[in-house]
Amino acid sequence: MRILGLALGMILAGAGALFAYEVEEERFYPGTGPSVLRVISTADLAVFEPYLLAFQAARPEIGIAYTVTSSADLYTAIRNGAAFDLALSSAMDLQFQLANDGFARTYRSPVTADLPDWARWRDLIFAFSAERAVVVVNAERIAGLPLPATRQELIALLRDHPERFHGSVGTYDVRESGLGYLFATKETRSTDVYWRLAEVMGRLDPQLYCCSGQMIDDVAAGRLAVAYNVLGSYAAERLARGSGGRVQILRMEDFENIMLRTAIIPRTATEVAAAGALIDLLLETGLRTTAEDWPLPPLSQTGSADGAGFSPIRLGPALMVYLDPLNRRTFLAEWENAMEQR
Amino acid sequence: MIPRGSIGRRLTLLLAGVAALLSLLSWGMVTGLARQAAERTQDNVLAASAITIAETLRSEQGEVRLELPHSAFSMLDAIGEDRVFYRVTAAGELLTGYADLPPPDQGLAPGQVGFGTGVYSGEAIRMASVLRVVLAGAQPVPVIVTVAQTRQGVNEIAAELSRLAAALSVAFFVIAVALSAIAAHTSLRPLNEIAAAVSRRGPSDLRPLRRAAPAELAPLMTALNRLMDRLGQSIRRSEDFIAEAAHRVRTPLATVRTQAEIALHSVSDETERLRLRGIIRAVDESSRSAGQLLDHATVAFRSDDLARDPIDLTALARQTAATLEATAALRDIRLHLDLTTVRVAGDPVLLDSALRNVLDNAIKYSPEDTTVAIRVAKAGTDARITITDEGPGLGDGPPEALTERFRRGSNTAGIVGSGLGLTIARDVVTAHGGRLELQQAENGRGACVSLVLPLA
Repeated sequence: MRILGLALGMILAGAGALFAYEVEEERFYPGTGPSVLRVISTADLAVFEPYLLAFQAARPEIGIAYTVTSSADLYTAIRNGAAFDLALSSAMDLQFQLANDGFARTYRSPVTADLPDWARWRDLIFAFSAERAVVVVNAERIAGLPLPATRQELIALLRDHPERFHGSVGTYDVRESGLGYLFATKETRSTDVYWRLAEVMGRLDPQLYCCSGQMIDDVAAGRLAVAYNVLGSYAAERLARGSGGRVQILRMEDFENIMLRTAIIPRTATEVAAAGALIDLLLETGLRTTAEDWPLPPLSQTGSADGAGFSPIRLGPALMVYLDPLNRRTFLAEWENAMEQR
Repeated sequence: MIPRGSIGRRLTLLLAGVAALLSLLSWGMVTGLARQAAERTQDNVLAASAITIAETLRSEQGEVRLELPHSAFSMLDAIGEDRVFYRVTAAGELLTGYADLPPPDQGLAPGQVGFGTGVYSGEAIRMASVLRVVLAGAQPVPVIVTVAQTRQGVNEIAAELSRLAAALSVAFFVIAVALSAIAAHTSLRPLNEIAAAVSRRGPSDLRPLRRAAPAELAPLMTALNRLMDRLGQSIRRSEDFIAEAAHRVRTPLATVRTQAEIALHSVSDETERLRLRGIIRAVDESSRSAGQLLDHATVAFRSDDLARDPIDLTALARQTAATLEATAALRDIRLHLDLTTVRVAGDPVLLDSALRNVLDNAIKYSPEDTTVAIRVAKAGTDARITITDEGPGLGDGPPEALTERFRRGSNTAGIVGSGLGLTIARDVVTAHGGRLELQQAENGRGACVSLVLPLA
């Protein structure tokens, strides 16, 4: 079985080269039967392994080949016809585009029927986790300053103490990070403060990141004082709790970005039933109401103690607007103008 | 008569059939209209989206530029969860979007929205295209914006409305069937009422029907009344004829009898006398029969419009007995009267005729030197005239059969009779709302005939 796994891994690596996507992480979980579920995902194994183990506990006969790549690569791979049975991504706009353009197949089950309308689209795409963008601060670096609760306060804080924040503000490089791009475009539509914030950050020599993990690490290590628009998964919260108050997670009260992590079954899928079973498991954890300890937050967080209304980014054709190359070019030009003022 | 289906059922089925047809028709129409409305809504949204995109077109440094507005796409999920495709071309060159989207069907005029349908990515789509001419530098460039959407939302809305319309049509049909049954029942009620009125009538009631009837039933009523009228006339004519015939026969018979009696007195030869007596007897019988026929006709005639005079049955019985005293005396038969004063309402002529016929029968069938008893008494709410004789009785057959016309008892051989006597008696008491009772006399010999009449 291990040899088989190795062989499969080599095949997958070969496939990665063929379909032009960069494999960040890869693992094979052998099953007792011959069928293998090929999953392509943007979630690190550190986050996602509990789900895979839970699935294998329920369906030991199915082996799982798990491949981690970036959301853009995942999109390209599926679009180019790479053979996977399930695609899980945090870039809901790209996932939506795949579903819209006919690269996903429909799946229906009693569990998908339980999903709220905003968490699925056409039985093609299913949301199984809702995660919010948060501001992460290093308490030592901003000691003596008031903690910002809104973007206005954040702008004031950054503007009033340029010497303290110069080179210590981090955010997504929206040119690289699909998720950062999605958050940024959503914010420009929701609040006019975004561009002013970008201007202010641009003057402070901002550090740009591809992924939230590195940003959180840098905040924890003190290299960053503030990281803006970090994906506030449980992993980040756990890190904050373990830091003894050094790392703090702030929710912006004026407006919150909530992203849906989604699953689609690609058109190239062969193990459709097994993929459906894993979707069902993910949805059941997403729909959980009890405080079970899963790495990813559940879909509905209205019960939690946040004051702002729960409004995740809508699954709909509007997601495709900023994926249009013309719009993207325009937006990135504007963003670069604001962010790169050196 | 063989019943050939029911008008009510046929009417109900017919109306139900019409209702079914109308239900089906209305369902089809609503479905079609719902689909049209949904399609038009989608067209409007697509057009609005295309126009919104076209409005962002501008020229920058001699190049056509545009920005897809967020609203142009967010409005597209108003109808349902439909896949969205778009394309913007400038002078035939793709600016952005899906290059392989089918081209717009017809030539577009600037500012006008053209619609088309096609198949894209394995699904039927609806497209809206807008042409706008943009000045890029000095060059006018025609730019076509096409926005397309799959039709799942439209289909879902149409299907849902169609299901709703189907449910309503079924409900409409059920109600229509129930109402049809009620309507059929209601419209047939006059017919049933007329039938009931006709069947409630007595056997000799031939008066015309005087009822309010719907126009459709008027011809039937008229025809029925005319038929009854003709029937009544025909019956009356034959009764008249019989009465006339009897009357005409009786008068010459009386003459023959008188002549025969005179001859009997003047003839001394025993053989001749015997022959003459035979003639007299035969003439008597004939006269009697003619009288009965006349009585029968009278009964039939007078019952139609029965008089209700107060009558003292005692006086009537005494009077009738007196007229038959002589006949009885000829054969040494005593008439014993046992009378209580009883009053009834009725036709004295008919009651006399009935009593006379019964009494005449009793005398005729009694052996010589016996007694015929006439008893008038009250019995509960009835008056009862009982005539008992000591004759041979009623024979073996059922007594009621004797009241049929021209039916005579099985033991009457040797006695001349017409078989009309009891019929007349029965018709009279029945016309008065009473009945005729026939029994063997209590001592086993003789018959006992009772005329039972309701008290006045």
